[in-house]
Amino acid sequence: MPTSPATLTEARRLRDHFAAQGAVVVKADVLQPADLLLDLYGEDIRARAYLTADPLRGEMVLRPDFTVPVVQMHMETYADPARYTYAGKVFRKQETDETRANEYVQVGYEVFDGQNPAAADAEVFAVIAAGLAGLPLRAATGDIGVLMAAVRGLRTTEDRKAALLRHIWRPVRFRALLRRYGSGDVPPLRAALLAADDPFANACPEIGLRSRAEVAARIAALRADAAAAPLSSDETALIDAILGLRATSTDALSVLRDIAVDMPSIGSAVRRMEARLNAMAARGIDVDTLDFEGSYGRTSLEYYDGFVFGFYASERPELPPIATGGRYDALTARLGQGRAVPAVGGVIRPDLALEVGRC
Amino acid sequence: MLKLGVPSKGRLMEKTFDWFGARGVTLRKAGSEREYAGAVDGIAGLELVLLSAGEIPRELALGNIHLGVTGSDLVREKLVNWDRRVREMALMGFGGADLVIAVPQAWVDVDTLDDLDAAAAAFRARHGFRLRIATKYHRLVREFLRDNGVADYQLIDSQGATEGTVKNETAEAIADITSTGETLRANGLKILSDGLIHASQATLFRGSRANWTTEQRKILKSLERVLQL
Repeated sequence: MPTSPATLTEARRLRDHFAAQGAVVVKADVLQPADLLLDLYGEDIRARAYLTADPLRGEMVLRPDFTVPVVQMHMETYADPARYTYAGKVFRKQETDETRANEYVQVGYEVFDGQNPAAADAEVFAVIAAGLAGLPLRAATGDIGVLMAAVRGLRTTEDRKAALLRHIWRPVRFRALLRRYGSGDVPPLRAALLAADDPFANACPEIGLRSRAEVAARIAALRADAAAAPLSSDETALIDAILGLRATSTDALSVLRDIAVDMPSIGSAVRRMEARLNAMAARGIDVDTLDFEGSYGRTSLEYYDGFVFGFYASERPELPPIATGGRYDALTARLGQGRAVPAVGGVIRPDLALEVGRC
Repeated sequence: MLKLGVPSKGRLMEKTFDWFGARGVTLRKAGSEREYAGAVDGIAGLELVLLSAGEIPRELALGNIHLGVTGSDLVREKLVNWDRRVREMALMGFGGADLVIAVPQAWVDVDTLDDLDAAAAAFRARHGFRLRIATKYHRLVREFLRDNGVADYQLIDSQGATEGTVKNETAEAIADITSTGETLRANGLKILSDGLIHASQATLFRGSRANWTTEQRKILKSLERVLQL
């Protein structure tokens, strides 16, 4: 049962474990304003969270996680470093799988530390791992920061880089864009449009809010894009190498350092990964056997943009992850109106931890 | 008794009656023209229930009716995991309509979902809110756009006259059912070349048989024989 007495007891144990690391226990309202989540996640949030209309307060949401309210709480004090823990129910619509719970408890640990991000990453991973000690779990890790650094360093236009960064979390569109930028192909209809002396010669009268000036601006952007040199096959191959990377953390670091020779832009992200692995090793994590996947963490609803991790039941592949977490600096930048606070955190599902512990 | 749900009015009802009639099963309204009671000749134990086409998917899933005729779009929109909860018995070959994404013809720069996504990003930056797509098919449209990696849009609910929402500036694009595209064109809209979400037609569905009696199973068998399914 997602919220049985045994689950609540386990949740308290985990929260006490986090509090013993120096985390302040915080609470959040179950009913949260929805505008912020809608702004961050767009239409996808409607498929995943319970939204409801309040006649006075507008759209509200049953909290789908604690991250946003905890970040907002932190933004009122800006203590640095700061650690928080919480335990409470979250609510997620399950649109396709009826067997998955739509109401369950999460216990979280969030660290806001601008001094040493690599150490904070290692701390969150190690503290969560310690909370789950003894369970038959497999950890998966990744680093979206490496991929973003690789995109930022591509030798291409700023518009193309912005388009790729916008779709980091949508692998299908990301790959389609990468392929198109690499091929230099222009679809026939677009080629005809760009070749036209007056693209609006046969156009119908304008209707709606998107004005002719906006259409003209996009055509200008398309012309600039068509004139840009295709992405070199060397560079797309390096992006593919990062995305396809599956190895132990130690081996993955070695591969990424090789890639950094040809792609210096990922150098600082790779050095940060190295610092993180050292900090994890110092905390007793065996990084020689810890899995690393270059694409890990790109399809979740979260806003992770650096280190990402999840713990899975080794013998129960059908179960959702028992714990997940990652770094979300971009989220704090959005919520802080430009004032970013480096932040990393993770959550455990006590109901699943108990279930895995039983078998 | 085996209950067959059929749309209670309009061309969909008439065509359904014709389809069954051509196969030897007579369906008709009982009593006066205004009454929503039905009668069946040709299959003993089959009962006709007339109800709104939009309610047929839910009633089938709940087991309140055993068989139902409705658009395949409505079943996909209204039933999560529809293919595990109902089964298609026959595609009936009428009521054909495509659920499509359409944008203003004046958008000469937009022909594909890729274009729509780029236009949506620029629109949001310029106007401060996400590009609005008016529809009543929220789930089908959201899944389609998610699978195709389109971002920075929002769905606006529109239960009718959806083609007019762009002109009225309550939406920038629409996702709606069309059979010929005539209404779309008349309202200054065009279909994206890769914007077909689902090609719908009237379909005979049956619900889960888990709780059916032996008698109900026999009635289904004789119906399948007569309809030659």
